[in-house]
Amino acid sequence: MGLSNEILLDMYWTMLLARRTDERAWVLHRQGKIAFHISGIGQEAAQVGAAFALQRGQDWISPYYRDLALMLAVGLTPLEFMLSVMGKKGEPSSGARQMPSHWGLRRANVLSHSAPVATQTLHASGLGLAIKLKGDKHVVLTTIGEGSTSQGEWYEAVNWAAIHKLPVIFMVENNSYAISVPQDKQMAVPSAADKACGLGLPGISVDGTDIVAVYSAMQIAVERARSGEGATVIEARAYRLTPHSSDDDDRAYRSREEVETYKKSDPIPLTQRLLLSKKIATQAQLDEMEKRAQTEIEQAVADATAAPYPSPEEALHPVYAEEVTHA
Amino acid sequence: MARLTMREAISQALWEEMERDSSVFILGEEVGVWGGTYAVTKGFYDHFGAGRVKDTPISESAIVGAAIGAAMTGLRPVAELMTINFAFSAMDHIVNQAAKLHYMFGGQFVLPLVIRTVSGGGRQLGATHSQTPDVVFAHFPGLKVVAPGTPEDAKGLLKAAIRSNDPIMFIEHATMYQVRGEVPEEDYSIPIGVSKIQRQGKDVTIVSYSKGLELSMKAAEELARDGVEAEVIDLRTLRPLDMGPVIESFKKTNRAVIVEEGWKSFGVGAEVSTRIYEDAFDYVDAPIKRVAQKEVPLPYNRNLEQMALPQVPDILAAVKEVLNG
Repeated sequence: MGLSNEILLDMYWTMLLARRTDERAWVLHRQGKIAFHISGIGQEAAQVGAAFALQRGQDWISPYYRDLALMLAVGLTPLEFMLSVMGKKGEPSSGARQMPSHWGLRRANVLSHSAPVATQTLHASGLGLAIKLKGDKHVVLTTIGEGSTSQGEWYEAVNWAAIHKLPVIFMVENNSYAISVPQDKQMAVPSAADKACGLGLPGISVDGTDIVAVYSAMQIAVERARSGEGATVIEARAYRLTPHSSDDDDRAYRSREEVETYKKSDPIPLTQRLLLSKKIATQAQLDEMEKRAQTEIEQAVADATAAPYPSPEEALHPVYAEEVTHA
Repeated sequence: MARLTMREAISQALWEEMERDSSVFILGEEVGVWGGTYAVTKGFYDHFGAGRVKDTPISESAIVGAAIGAAMTGLRPVAELMTINFAFSAMDHIVNQAAKLHYMFGGQFVLPLVIRTVSGGGRQLGATHSQTPDVVFAHFPGLKVVAPGTPEDAKGLLKAAIRSNDPIMFIEHATMYQVRGEVPEEDYSIPIGVSKIQRQGKDVTIVSYSKGLELSMKAAEELARDGVEAEVIDLRTLRPLDMGPVIESFKKTNRAVIVEEGWKSFGVGAEVSTRIYEDAFDYVDAPIKRVAQKEVPLPYNRNLEQMALPQVPDILAAVKEVLNG
């Protein structure tokens, strides 16, 4: 497995930072300070476990909108995230032009994506194709929710990557719900990984709340991709502990009892217990990390709040890369 | 008359048509248990059951493709696309299939299909959730494109759409679900393809539809305070396009401003103004003006978004120009 105590602590730190950042964004939304938030709460172990198996900053990522923890793992900062949810001037994904959580971070080889779901999967196959053409050794991680694997694009992209043994990992973050529609109304198979069977590539299903399990599965897939053996589908099973986004109330489609049950497998306390039981961290260390996360996030909120909004004229560019005089 | 919101009016039309005709059914993402992203089908699942209010997998091409198949058997599907931006994922089915099957098969099949979808910006949802590409669909012969601007029209036109044997894009506006208006209590429908004078005037003709109508009516009120009587014409349907009331009005006012929320290039303003020039050239007293969205993908931040969207002052400025022209 090759996970040192130090790396495990770093992974937990990233998860914790993502969780507290995400929670803070919900508060900002309820205070009317931001227009929109979409959450990754409950999926941090899946995202961080996946990210840490990559050569971060070198390998390519074509993510989806719940990947806050994944983005923090590849270097997005809480301040940058807060700038984006507040729509502040110069936020790194888009300069406040794109919705929050529609990531794009050129410095970390993270592609931006569109709102119609599953389109990012085809881009990932294209990245894989380019890597193969160039003959370099990078791999591509693309993520998606289980509901979005119903889209034709997902099958088309996976099929292509399987045929040509493209170095792509198709990770399905199965959080059990689309918005309100549960998994069994999206697919007849018990696991999104089973879909790989019909397309001719391996499909692995792992407990997405178990950071070590996700990391191990990813390691196998990354090794396959890097050595030219081709693509893998990984399903990381988790549960979306929040509503779909700040625009819906999940009480309309699932019971509180169900949500409470799944809180028992919240990856944050699960990982804390792992660190404590293996004596990788003491409670005092965890408490200290909690404090550090709070401080960092409050500073990010303060700095982002003080940052300026873009001026209206910024709306008018950059529509084209080259100058267009008769728009 | 009852005072209903746009949401209630649309919801009532759907409900009443489903009660009236058992061949009408709904399919789309999140339309069932949850009641739809814009809550239009709230309560439908409990009343009509899972068979007639179908939550589909997330696949816009599957939704429209399956609706086409069902329509060809004589059912009357009302397919909901969560936003018109996602209609692009179903484009082949909309423009290569729905628009053409009746023609290509020599009229053997009819397609009593309604695609309900939501257009428009103003809710800070970014470039791929906020487009107003209504004209894209109006480009294709074989489709009818309806985009109401008042609750009364929304209800009457949706009923007509469901009863129609042609494939219809029924485009609602994302920021207008709470708009209230008088709606007749009795059963009624409004014929598709008939424009309507929403406000009478004699000095200038403002032509618009959907959200543009709301802005135009506000502009007309402001103009009235300055003694300018604008006649506001609501196209209500982009295809077929009823130019009758527009030409008639223009022959009276000799001046026109066309208002749309989508982009100006190749848009409603281009089409309507050209038709005015073609059919009423001798009546033109000033170049026709177009008010539309800035030619950029719609941005997220509020300052940026409002800058890019057409606003009431833009209409006032355009009217001033045509009056001085």
